[in-house]
Amino acid sequence: MQMRKSVQNLKVIANLQLNEDHHLLKLLVPDQLENIVPGQFANILVDQSQSIFLRRPFSIHTVDYQNNIISILIKEVGEGTRSLAHAQVDSYLNVIFPLGNGFSIPKSNEKVLLVGGGCGVAPLLHLAQFLSGNLNSINILLGARSVGDLVELDQYSIYGKVFTTTEDGSHGEKGFVTDHSIFDLAIDSFTKIYCCGPEPMMKAVAARAKASSVDCEVSLENTMACGFGVCLCCVTETIQGHKCVCTDGPVFNINQLKWQI
Amino acid sequence: MADLSTVIHNIKLKNPVLTASGTFGYGVEFDDFFDVNLLGGFIVKGTTIHPRQGNSYPRMAETSAGMLNAVGLQNAGAQYFANEIYPKLTKYETNVLVNVSGSTVEEYVACAEIINELDHIAGIELNISCPNVKEGGMAFGTSCPSAAAVVSAVRKVYKKTMVVKLSPNVTDIAEIGKAAEGAGADSLSLINTVLGMAINAETRKPVLSTITGGLSGPAVKPIALRMVWQVSQAVKIPIIGLGGIMNATDAIEFFLAGASAIQVGTANFIDPLATVKIIDGIDDYLNRHKISAISELIGCLHL
Repeated sequence: MQMRKSVQNLKVIANLQLNEDHHLLKLLVPDQLENIVPGQFANILVDQSQSIFLRRPFSIHTVDYQNNIISILIKEVGEGTRSLAHAQVDSYLNVIFPLGNGFSIPKSNEKVLLVGGGCGVAPLLHLAQFLSGNLNSINILLGARSVGDLVELDQYSIYGKVFTTTEDGSHGEKGFVTDHSIFDLAIDSFTKIYCCGPEPMMKAVAARAKASSVDCEVSLENTMACGFGVCLCCVTETIQGHKCVCTDGPVFNINQLKWQI
Repeated sequence: MADLSTVIHNIKLKNPVLTASGTFGYGVEFDDFFDVNLLGGFIVKGTTIHPRQGNSYPRMAETSAGMLNAVGLQNAGAQYFANEIYPKLTKYETNVLVNVSGSTVEEYVACAEIINELDHIAGIELNISCPNVKEGGMAFGTSCPSAAAVVSAVRKVYKKTMVVKLSPNVTDIAEIGKAAEGAGADSLSLINTVLGMAINAETRKPVLSTITGGLSGPAVKPIALRMVWQVSQAVKIPIIGLGGIMNATDAIEFFLAGASAIQVGTANFIDPLATVKIIDGIDDYLNRHKISAISELIGCLHL
């Protein structure tokens, strides 16, 4: 059964610094975890800050059903993320989760490509974890500015074949993810592309997918006040009008979006 | 347990905690979080006669102790509400009110006529104060004659309790309150959001697609308290206070200023359980001060 959303105080049981600005928080969930769909997110209260008023949304990065642990990948970009990235072990975070709709999961054995860039890689580890249980052929393409920005490559490689690009050529192929040779060599062989990252990157990937008629889902980001569909602040333009990124998404099929690609 | 019940015209509330329109969806979005029937009532999203797409995005800017929004009354229209959403609301035993808005007097009237046919809806909140629409909305709430015109026109077709929601973006809110009362309002709710603006210094652009938007949250509470106080001195009908209420102490301050009930708005975004915590906190306050009923607190500011 899919887990219902709730507000919970989760204990920080580990806070691992992955590189200069990325932290991995492991949060213990008191009750038995039910199914969380890859791509769903958590909205976390920033308690220690005077100037941060609203919660901060993060993709659920991994789910450990055996030990009732979810992990959150946090990149420090502002005061809110900085405060959360330095959460003390044994402290508690107030979290609303799981929120939103996740990626659609193929029923049968399919060949899929996961493309992530920057902090947008966050939901893809959970997705890779989940898809590997379905015996899918999983290919993961991760892009970053430089080798130091690529985190947890060993974790992704547990579930699939990992490819990388860096803008400075310090790891994998040089350039953006869409410059990777996999697009020219093998894009037709994928039944589905899942993508998460900065919007220009997702649009570029979506354009390649569309040109090759490969089904493609993207996970969008937007400023949101509530995260559960009542403030109507985080809308995006779709073929059915304005839709909330938080409840109608964050994952959308590119056919639903009005992107000029 | 103190007596938390209060009365807004013909609506009996088991406790004085309502939710502000546009912050509570249609109630059903909160079913996973708590039993919505615990509330004194809730006010559903602003409804207009015609469907509205709302403004383009970005629609939200976080600010110090608050947020700006520029949603622009996105809703599927009154007929859709009556046919598709209303049937889902009849399960609730608590009071459900509908926030009604429009661009012209005729649109307000047409929308109110549709809501008037819905037995389970306890009343309407006439929104003459939305700052985020190009036509109508706040324009009706910023002058006494236009406020009176729309209130009296809706009064002719709407038979149950009519609350009128006032805008803080005026020079004298007490005068607008009196005009609404004179035109047939049964109650006043205040305040709607305060017109504000956010600018991104790096890009030199406004943050919101609409340039200006409505400010809510704790930042507006002192303004709201002052206005509830002023209006309560000027009218006889009950007042529903709102504006930055985050906890029970905030709510108590509004009762002291003269509000018979309160609405929780922006707090719902941050803590979906804020309303139930506020209900419990009001009870604690009354017990601590040995006050047996909330009615003994309303307007009892020591001067």
